[in-house]
Amino acid sequence: MALDIVKVDSVREAAATIAASGDAYFLAGGTILARVANTGGFPVRTMVLSDGLGLDAIAVDGDTIEIGAAATMTRIAAEPRLAFLRPVAESIGGPAIRNMATVGGNLFARYPYGDFAVALLALDAEVTIEDAEKTRTTGLDDFLASAPAGGIVRALRFKLPPDGAFRFTKVVRKHPHGASVLSIAAVLPETGGKVSNARVAYGAMSERPMRAKAVEGALEGRALDAQTLENALKVATDGCQPQTDPQATDWYRMTVLPVHLKRLLSGEGRF
Amino acid sequence: MARVPVVFTVNGTEAAEFVEPGAMLSDVLRDKLDLTGTRVGCSQGTCGACTVMIDGELILSCLTPAQRVNGKSVVTIEGVATNGELDPIQQAFATGFATQCGFCTSGMIVAAKALLDANPDPSRDEVVDAISGNICRCTGYEPIINAILSAAAERRVAKSA
Repeated sequence: MALDIVKVDSVREAAATIAASGDAYFLAGGTILARVANTGGFPVRTMVLSDGLGLDAIAVDGDTIEIGAAATMTRIAAEPRLAFLRPVAESIGGPAIRNMATVGGNLFARYPYGDFAVALLALDAEVTIEDAEKTRTTGLDDFLASAPAGGIVRALRFKLPPDGAFRFTKVVRKHPHGASVLSIAAVLPETGGKVSNARVAYGAMSERPMRAKAVEGALEGRALDAQTLENALKVATDGCQPQTDPQATDWYRMTVLPVHLKRLLSGEGRF
Repeated sequence: MARVPVVFTVNGTEAAEFVEPGAMLSDVLRDKLDLTGTRVGCSQGTCGACTVMIDGELILSCLTPAQRVNGKSVVTIEGVATNGELDPIQQAFATGFATQCGFCTSGMIVAAKALLDANPDPSRDEVVDAISGNICRCTGYEPIINAILSAAAERRVAKSA
């Protein structure tokens, strides 16, 4: 089916064009939308190009990082200031996919994809969205929990975690870059030997990337010792509703999650 | 819907075509320009058979609307050989039995070229990463990995000679 490809001069114009049409979508890397267009997942009649809109910048202001939504995984992996995110970016697809797939697009990736969004969720990222009239900011938790209310994702913003506080693991069957059986990202800042403001997020353990709030609660204010680990693992699967797909069954995901969480929290298997 | 013009460079030669709006680059290469070395396997970004280089970057042509490459430079498998001389990567695939049914070979070789252009002396792990987006259902990958490593050595010798 013929597709209308529209080039625009601003994000606002892109948002207005999409808002005015029922079947227009914003094309960033193409690894999600072009795939849908090819396979007829839902009707796509118009693609509005993100090209030339300056959405791929990475800016650092003190300890705050802002990543443009069209920054690719290759770009993230090559950015020295984001070295802690390199394992996340490099876990996503082969080189061609990483040259195309964007940070913004990853927020819309469907199960079991979206591992970068899992990392951003652990980092307590905020999403900047521009629509035809205004720019708004929302927490990534809320963004992922509800259907996007229109507009274009412009950027993701978060505070740099303390050195060594960010941890990530991704479990795959097809090495080195398969789709997730599950992924876990955690930010575990320690003050005086105790965890404070822990954030733990899972990928492929529910329809969208999710926070592991019970685990965060079990870690909060405690040293990462054997007892804390045991308490955290008891609630590891709270709220999880994984699916069965070619990577793994829901049962398998529920069964192995605590194993991988234990490795992550105890410092094994970190990459 | 009216057809739209696209103008870009393919393997050093300018291509100017009228295409269906939204046509993917892979279809334009194959159906309009007769560059059928680029394969279309899954049309989903999973198999890597359609891999080409755009402005030196590895890209999946089945997920790239041709209108997006206006003014850009595309290299396909047909552009890997120089003046009819096989690139050491192609030669290594042939002599190392790194191709069986051949469907993945174009994408594999373009992916290998992108790797060796950027990194002339890759480790085995780096070679595995470089072809990790390309599926081969015949060889079991080992002959492909070995061919790329041996081509890297061959290219280094050729460069230092």
